[in-house]
Amino acid sequence: MKKIVAFILALAMALGICSALADEDVITLKIAHIGPTTGDAALYGLATLHGAQIAVKEINEAGGKYRIELIEEDDEHDVQKVINAYNDALDKGAQMILGTTTSKPCEAAGAIGYEDRVFFLTPSASSPEVVGGKDNVYQVCFPDPSMGIFAAEAMTKYNLGTKVAVIYNNADVYSSGIRETFVARAAELNLEIVYEGVFGDNDTDFTVQVGKAKEAEAEIVFLPMYYTPASLILKTAKSKDYSPIFFGVDGMDGILSMDGFDSSLAEGVMLLTPFSAAATDEKTVSFVKAYEEAFGETPIQFAADAYDGIYILKDLAEKAGITSETTAEEACELLIAQMKDASFSGLTGDMTWNEEGGVNKEPLLKKIVDGKYADVE
Amino acid sequence: MSKAKRKRLILNLATFALIIGAYFILQSMVDAKTISRSLKGQLIPICAWIMMAVSLNLVIGFSGELSLGHAGFMSVGAFTGAIVSGWILNANADMDPTLRFIIAVAAAGVIAGIAGLLIGIPVLRLRGDYLAIVTLAFGEIIRSVINVCYFGVSDGSLYFSFLNKKMPEGVTMLVDGAKGALKITRISTFTAGFILVLITLVVVMNLVNSRAGRAIQATRDNRIAAESMGVSVMKYKMMAFVTAAVLAGMAGALFSLNTTTVVPGQFTFNQSINVLVFVVLGGLGNILGSVVAAVFLTVLPEVLREFADYRMLVYAVVLILVMICTNNPLVKYVFRRAFSPVTRLFRKNGPNAARGGGRV
Amino acid sequence: MAFLDNLINGVSLGSIYAIIALGYTMVYGIAKMLNFAHGDVIMVGAYIAYVGMQMWGLPAPLAIVISMAVCTVLGITIEGLAYRPLRRAASLAVLITAIGMSYLLQNLALMIWGANSRVYPETFINSTTIRLGELTISISAVITIVVSAVIMIGLTLFTNRTRMGKAMRCVSEDRGAAELMGINVNRTISVTFAIGSALAAIAGVLLCSTYPVLQPTTGSMPGIKAFTAAVFGGIGSIPGAMLGGVLLGVIEIFGKAYISTELGDAIVFVVLIIVLLVRPTGLLGKPVREKV
Repeated sequence: MKKIVAFILALAMALGICSALADEDVITLKIAHIGPTTGDAALYGLATLHGAQIAVKEINEAGGKYRIELIEEDDEHDVQKVINAYNDALDKGAQMILGTTTSKPCEAAGAIGYEDRVFFLTPSASSPEVVGGKDNVYQVCFPDPSMGIFAAEAMTKYNLGTKVAVIYNNADVYSSGIRETFVARAAELNLEIVYEGVFGDNDTDFTVQVGKAKEAEAEIVFLPMYYTPASLILKTAKSKDYSPIFFGVDGMDGILSMDGFDSSLAEGVMLLTPFSAAATDEKTVSFVKAYEEAFGETPIQFAADAYDGIYILKDLAEKAGITSETTAEEACELLIAQMKDASFSGLTGDMTWNEEGGVNKEPLLKKIVDGKYADVE
Repeated sequence: MSKAKRKRLILNLATFALIIGAYFILQSMVDAKTISRSLKGQLIPICAWIMMAVSLNLVIGFSGELSLGHAGFMSVGAFTGAIVSGWILNANADMDPTLRFIIAVAAAGVIAGIAGLLIGIPVLRLRGDYLAIVTLAFGEIIRSVINVCYFGVSDGSLYFSFLNKKMPEGVTMLVDGAKGALKITRISTFTAGFILVLITLVVVMNLVNSRAGRAIQATRDNRIAAESMGVSVMKYKMMAFVTAAVLAGMAGALFSLNTTTVVPGQFTFNQSINVLVFVVLGGLGNILGSVVAAVFLTVLPEVLREFADYRMLVYAVVLILVMICTNNPLVKYVFRRAFSPVTRLFRKNGPNAARGGGRV
Repeated sequence: MAFLDNLINGVSLGSIYAIIALGYTMVYGIAKMLNFAHGDVIMVGAYIAYVGMQMWGLPAPLAIVISMAVCTVLGITIEGLAYRPLRRAASLAVLITAIGMSYLLQNLALMIWGANSRVYPETFINSTTIRLGELTISISAVITIVVSAVIMIGLTLFTNRTRMGKAMRCVSEDRGAAELMGINVNRTISVTFAIGSALAAIAGVLLCSTYPVLQPTTGSMPGIKAFTAAVFGGIGSIPGAMLGGVLLGVIEIFGKAYISTELGDAIVFVVLIIVLLVRPTGLLGKPVREKV
C-alpha cells in the first residue's frame, strides 16, 4: 500500500515537474500596439488594433511556443502624445512596437526609438520620413512615394486619359507625399496636370476644388487621400454632373464599407490596395470572417496590415531566438539582423525589406464595379 | 512690511521653493534612473506648459483680458526655435549645443514678442468677448499661415518660400509647410526647462509686484477709473500681452527642441483652451495655482491611461464638477462646513482673493 | 458661371452658419454666456436624425422632429445641470464649464456611435439637383437658404410679438429689472436654450445633408465658425447672426475660390478682424456705452 501511494506521489511530482518545464518553454512576447484609438484618426488606430487583436488571439489559441501579450496604447494621432504612449509602453515592458498607425507620430516616436534602440514595425505609417535615416523602423504598408509613381504609371498603362487633376490634403504627410512623387512621375510620362486642388484636415466643403477640376476639363481626378474626404468629393462631383475617372490609393480602401455610403457614387473608381476583403483565398476569407464576428464590421487594409505585422514579428522573434527575458534593446538588434534576409507572405502580399526599412511589395490595382472590387483588364 | 505684502512674499518664495525642490528631486531620480520613462519624457513638456500657464495668467488674471489664441505664440516660438537651431547647425556644426539652444530660445522669444506687438495693436482696442474672438482668430491665422510656409537651408543660407514650395536643389527642409518642422536635433534638457521656468516666474512676479504691475491690475479692475487717473490703458495692457507672448514663444522653442518634429496642426484652438483651463483651475492671478494646475493637468491624462476609452470622458466630467464646486455658492458653503475644522488652520484671506470675483 | 456657383454655395454654407449662430447669439444675449457646447449639440442632433433614418427606418421629416425634441431636452438638461449653478459666477468659469460640456458630448458620442464616419442618407433635402442652363444647384442649398430665412422671420416675430419673446428681450436687457417685474428668469433662460438647441438639431441635419460625413467631431469647426459669425454680426443681435453667418459663408467660399484653398479659413478670420476694428461691436451690434 505504501509503495502504491509513494509511486502515485512520485508520478504526480514527475508530472508536475514536466508541466512546469513545459510552461517554461512558453515564451511571452510583449508587443505594444501604438495608434490613435481616440480622436479624429480613431478609425485607423482601431482598425490596426483590431487586426492585431485577431492575430494575437489566433496565435495564443493555437498553442505552440509563443504567446503574445498585446499592450495597447493610444497616441491620439498627436506627435507629442505618441511620445508619452511610447514611454508608457516601454514602462510596461514592451519588447517591440507594432506601430504607430499614422505617419507623423511614427516619425516622432521612431526617432526616439532610434536613440533608445527599440524596434518598430509599422503596419500603416507610409511616409518616407518614417523610415528615413533610421535602422529601427520597418513598414508593412506600401510606401507613399512608390504609390505616387505607380499611380502615374497605371494611368498611362491603361490609357485612362491625359488630363489629370489632383486634389490633395497638404496638412497630411501621406497625401502630400504621394502627390509629390505622382506629379514628378506624371511629368515624365506626358500626363498633363491641369489642376491641383488643396484642402486641409477639417475641410468638408469641396465645391471649389471639384468645380475647378471640372472647369479644367480633367479626365482623371487623382485622389491621394483617405476615403472619408474622398466620399465627399465623389458626392460633390455627382451633384455637379461631373464624371471623370477617379483614381485613389490605398487610403481609398474602406469607402465601400462606410455606413450608409451609396456605392453607385464609387462606380468606376480605381484604387491601389494591398488587400481586398472580397478576395476568395482562404487566408483572407478566414480573417474577414473572424474580424466580422469579433467586431461587427468588414476589415479595411489597415487591419490586414496589422494582422500581417503581428505574424511578421512573431516569425522574426522566433528566428532570432527572442525570449521573455530579452530586453527591448537586445530585441531591437536581433530583429534588425533578421530583417536583412527576411521575407513574409501574408494577407497583404509577399514582401521583403530594403535597407532603409521600406517594404518591397506590389500593390494591386482594383476597380470598383457594382459595389465590389474587380480586377482591371 | 504690510500683512498683504508679507503674505505675497511668502507665497512667491513658496512657489520658488516648490519648483527648486521638485527639480532637485526629479533630476536625482533621472540620474539614478529610478524614474519611469513616462514621467521622464514628460518633464520638459511640463516645464513648457508651466511657462504657458503662468504667461497666460499674466494676460487673463492680471490684465483681465480673455485671450483664446495663446497657442499661436507658442507655435511661432516653436517654429522659430527649430528654424534658428537648424540654420545654425547647418552653418556652423561645431557650435556648442547649449549656446545654440540659448540663441534659438532667445530668437523664439523675440519673434513671438514681435508677433505679440503686431497682434496686440488691433486686439487690445476691443473689449470683452470681441477681444476674445479676435485672439482666437489670430491663433487660427497663425496656424493657417505656417501651413504654407517653407523654410530650407543649404550651405549656411536660409531659404524661404510662401504658398508654393520653391526651393533650390539640394536644400534640407527645416519647415515643410503643413508637415511642420522636420528632423529637429533635440537639444532641450530638463535643466534648461527648469531655468526657463525660473526665468518666467521671476519675470512675471517682478512685473506684477512693480509699479507697472499695479497699473496693469488697475486697468483690469476698473478701466475708466485707471484711465482717468492717468494710467495709459493701452500701454500697460500691451506690456502684459507682449511679455506673455515672449514667454510663450520661449516655451514653444523649449517644446519643439525636445522632439524631432512639430506640426502647425498641433497648436490649435483646443491647445489654447487647454492652457486656459490650467489658468482658471489654478485661480486667476494665482501664479502658484497656475504652476500646480499645469503640472497636475498635464500628468493626469497620462495617469488615466489605464482607462483608455473613458479617459477624456472622465476628464470632461471632472472639469465640469470642479468648476461647479468651486464657483457655486451653495456647493462651496457645503464644502466649507464639511471641512471647516481643516480650513480653520489656514488663513481666511489666502491666495484665493484674486479668484474670479465676477470680473474677467 | 463659376461666380454664381460659388455665390450660391457660399450663401448656402452661410445659412447653416447663420442658424447655428442664432443659437449662440440668443443664449449670449439672454444668459450672457458663450455656450461652447452648442457646436456639439448640432452633432448630437445630426446623429439622432441619422439613427432615426438608418436604424429605425423612419421617414426624414419624422426623424428630424424627433431629433429636435431630443436636442431640446438635452439643451434644457445641460442648462439646468451645468450652467444654472454657475448663474452668478464669473463668466470665465461658465466658459470653462461649457468647454467641459463640449468635450463630454464629443466623447459620449464617440463611445455610443464609434469613431467611424457615417454617411448621411439621401433624403428629400439633398436628393436632386436643379439645372438652370449651365448652372447646377443642389436642392439642399435652396432648402437650407429657405429654412434659415423662415427661422429668422419666425424668431423675429417671436421675440417681438409673443409674451415669452418679450420676456426674453427684457431679460437680455436687464436681468435684475426683469425679475423685479415678475418675469420668471429661470424659465425664460430654459426656453432660450430649448429654442437654441432645437435650431441646432435642424442645423445638424442640414449640415450633414450638404456635407454628408458625420463623426463625433463634426460639430466642432462649424461651431467655432458660427460663433465667429455671431460676433461678426454683433453678438446678441438676431439679424446680426443671420447677416454674419451668410457673409462668413460667402467670404469663406470666395476666399477659397479666388485666393487660395489653404488660406480659406485664414481669410475669413482676417476679414473678421478688419470689420471688428472698424465696428468694434460687430456689424449690427449696439455700441456699448459704459457708465462710470
